[in-house]
Amino acid sequence: MTSITEEAPVVSDSNAVSRRMARIADEISGPAADEVDQQGRFPSETISALRAEGLLSALIPRSLGGMGASYSELSQGLVSMGRQCASSAMVVAMHHIQVASLVRHGRNDLLRNYMVELVDRQYLLASATTEVGTGGDVGSSVCAVDVAGGTFRLEKQAPVISYGRFADGILATARRSADSPENDQVLALCRPPELELEQVGEWNALGFRGTCSPGFILRASGDAAAILDDPYSDVSTQTMLPVAHILWSSLWLGIASAAIDRARRFVQAEARKRPGMTPAAALRLADATALYQQFADLLRCSVARFEDIQDDPDRLSALGFAIAMNSLKVSASTLVVDVVRQSMVICGLASYRMDTPYSLGRHLRDSIGASLMVNNDRIMGNNAQMLLVHRGE
Amino acid sequence: MTMDETIRDVLTEHGRLAVDAGSIDETTDLFASGMTSHASVNVMLALEDAFDIEFSEKMLRKSTFESIAAIRSGVLEMKDA
Repeated sequence: MTSITEEAPVVSDSNAVSRRMARIADEISGPAADEVDQQGRFPSETISALRAEGLLSALIPRSLGGMGASYSELSQGLVSMGRQCASSAMVVAMHHIQVASLVRHGRNDLLRNYMVELVDRQYLLASATTEVGTGGDVGSSVCAVDVAGGTFRLEKQAPVISYGRFADGILATARRSADSPENDQVLALCRPPELELEQVGEWNALGFRGTCSPGFILRASGDAAAILDDPYSDVSTQTMLPVAHILWSSLWLGIASAAIDRARRFVQAEARKRPGMTPAAALRLADATALYQQFADLLRCSVARFEDIQDDPDRLSALGFAIAMNSLKVSASTLVVDVVRQSMVICGLASYRMDTPYSLGRHLRDSIGASLMVNNDRIMGNNAQMLLVHRGE
Repeated sequence: MTMDETIRDVLTEHGRLAVDAGSIDETTDLFASGMTSHASVNVMLALEDAFDIEFSEKMLRKSTFESIAAIRSGVLEMKDA
């Protein structure tokens, strides 16, 4: 019999990551949220605080020095952050989507060493998947990596790179070679000093203003091993899409949660003024609360759906799973607007004004972005196509 | 028409390959040859029509349609089912 003391149990608090993210959200992201929104500036204080606690490497396995956090923990943390500052939460979510892709599809020594370095230096990663000339289809590229003598070169016209100017590394899609068809793509990790970004235009948007997402011309080169081992189509199907839809939905739920909190406080304040009279808006609050519950339970269930099969590439590649994860994105991005709008009707002018404890202008503007970032119509179009052959559960 | 000819015809019409479906090697990766996932759905539908079969849920994987050889074994498996 082996001694039970042979391997000391790891004392871990499974909610440590989400609790720490929630604290940073409450103490740091929240107080800065209006300024980040108004000035359209990068939420640097949130990123610095996450860095200081090593939370940018939350998803990196313990064997590489990271925290080995689960997706449900991270999801919870992002709900808390989305509640306080959706721009901060979106930057953090997008960073973790890139890290997840590295962790799950970067197996060579260079990429593993990079992950160890990321833990140490707390790098912030960004993404350049869209490209001028592809009509918004991230599944095809115009640009190609030029690999010669063990090094790659890449130039890409990216219409959007969120927080590109603030990132320490960028994962960019490109065709595998100059001869490859548009959909034979790879994902290349581009790092300074061999990464150059030339900004094209400004980011002055209705919401998610702090994500600082202008266009760039990206020029990069580097060791060819910085190209992820798996083709982008696999990275996308098995990791980027499901993780993105889960993490985005998490912060959108945070926006909805902030809205319904205000609605609840508003109704309760009314009720206190005239005890014995149920305020008219209470019924609508009941309605909005049911909607919010749908949203929260959908997210929880979707995270579990992913976590259950996260190490099974075959099941991750099944049509039914892809359809479900696309449906999550479309439902969540619709529900967030519905909950915010309902909450505004409940709070009335107090939510429409910009200067009350019930103000919801920022939340409404942010929530509308949800259905546009990867347009819901495009996602539903993909599902429509898959449903031509899907056989049901 | 042989099964392989039918498969190649379907690929020519619906695969949107960057190469000639009539002459590519039966083990060539079709996705690396330009077939998008959208195109692969059309290939699937056309194969079902041509062979009067219905691919089962577990066959609806990228790997089933990644080459002419893979498609042939998938079709045969469904014909036997």
